[in-house]
Amino acid sequence: MKIWIEKQKHLIDFTLASLARRKGKNLGLLFIYGLLVFVLASVALYTHALRTEAQKVLAGTPEIVLQRLVAGRHDLIPPGYIEKIGRIRGVQKKEGRLWGYYYDSVVKANYTFMAPRNMQVARGEIIVGPALERSRGLAAGNGISFRSYSGELHTFIVADVLPQTSELVSADLVLMHEEDFRAFFKYPEGHVTDVALSVANPQEIKNVALKLMDALPDSRPILRDEVLRTYASVFDWREGIMLALLSAAILAFGIFAWEKAAGLSAEEKREIGILKAIGWETGDVIKMKFWEGLLISLLAFLLGYIAAYLHVFHFGSILFEPVLKGWAVLYPSFTLTPHIDGLQVATLFFFTVFPYTAAVLVPIWRAATTDPDTVMRG
Amino acid sequence: MRRLLLMRPANFALSVFALALGAFALTFIDAARLRAANAASVAATAALVERLELTDLVLFTEARYTRHPTQADLQSAFQDHPVAFEHFPTGSLMPPPAGILTAYENLDRKAKAPD
Repeated sequence: MKIWIEKQKHLIDFTLASLARRKGKNLGLLFIYGLLVFVLASVALYTHALRTEAQKVLAGTPEIVLQRLVAGRHDLIPPGYIEKIGRIRGVQKKEGRLWGYYYDSVVKANYTFMAPRNMQVARGEIIVGPALERSRGLAAGNGISFRSYSGELHTFIVADVLPQTSELVSADLVLMHEEDFRAFFKYPEGHVTDVALSVANPQEIKNVALKLMDALPDSRPILRDEVLRTYASVFDWREGIMLALLSAAILAFGIFAWEKAAGLSAEEKREIGILKAIGWETGDVIKMKFWEGLLISLLAFLLGYIAAYLHVFHFGSILFEPVLKGWAVLYPSFTLTPHIDGLQVATLFFFTVFPYTAAVLVPIWRAATTDPDTVMRG
Repeated sequence: MRRLLLMRPANFALSVFALALGAFALTFIDAARLRAANAASVAATAALVERLELTDLVLFTEARYTRHPTQADLQSAFQDHPVAFEHFPTGSLMPPPAGILTAYENLDRKAKAPD
């Protein structure tokens, strides 16, 4: 064993000396290789963490949200609408939700106004999300005025700011008292935006939704399962878009790496010829080149992956931020909890390390099995 | 530094690999540590979602169908007129919610036709 290790060490010594003779080219390759792994790993880590986080935090979303559609558009639910369906077995609670959008022309941002039923907000007061706190420089006790769609100015006192850790779901929220909400939007009395239904048995959710559609043909039930699936598909899609954009870069790197690995330069051929002439066996030459492929590809994978991990989970994915921000003025600044998919990392490892190591070996095997004299003259 | 320069190349390379592998393993340990540290805040966020009956993440606030993709009208991408172009860059990052479409159509066909 000791002899085997010593032999491998000598091969590595020789490989490093050989790599050092083409220092610029090999360092360039390592850098581009590492950069590619970094981008791919960043996309994979970011989307997987966001997907897992979405599934976790949205697990408590209402089992069914019932919307009413008029001419294909979401409309307000009038009083007595939900009572029409009577009592449905399995439905524990039916509660109207009051929420809407407000465009703040001061910072050119959209907010989500909401009158929560399960949180006490005093009249004339609001509770704001952390992004609003940042964009408008608000703090508890401050006053803020919003011009309503009817032109009146409404002034509110900020009672509290929602915790920064919940920013992923609460960044743009403005919570207010129901009466303030109705007065601000001139919401018709008794009307609600939509209805949240609580169903105890998960097996019953679909049946309840069908009963709702039978009783209220103009309604559209949105199930919790659909919400979760939408978010899973959103992130799959986004990952796909990023990978599609990157595919040109991946292809270019593939050609570059293949060219570098599969095509032997005259200098490399001469090197193999000399090694064979001084008594190296074909197996030794292949082992040396195997080490060369492995050293470059494994180091590129490790450095690229570690940099991607730090980028996504310790530096807030700063390189992706401009892409994800879109036109939004309010953007949540959240720290993702790392959820690493082992299979994803293994796939990345397989597709980055193995092809290069294998590509290095083929031409070497061909050159190493030919007569040294022919190779050197070659 | 002098010792490092005098090191045998193979030993130097193997040390670099050992360091990189150690850092690679550390990312998993760090991930577990951060998961444990953030567990309480994730649970608090999930509780807030339940309490306020929220349905969506605040990822894009520019349009209502990107702020609340799960609550958007089915034809919201063509909200202005049937062949309207997409206004917002997010449109290219955000797919039509396939899950909703399928389930909505399914329910639609299973429901009895109104009299």
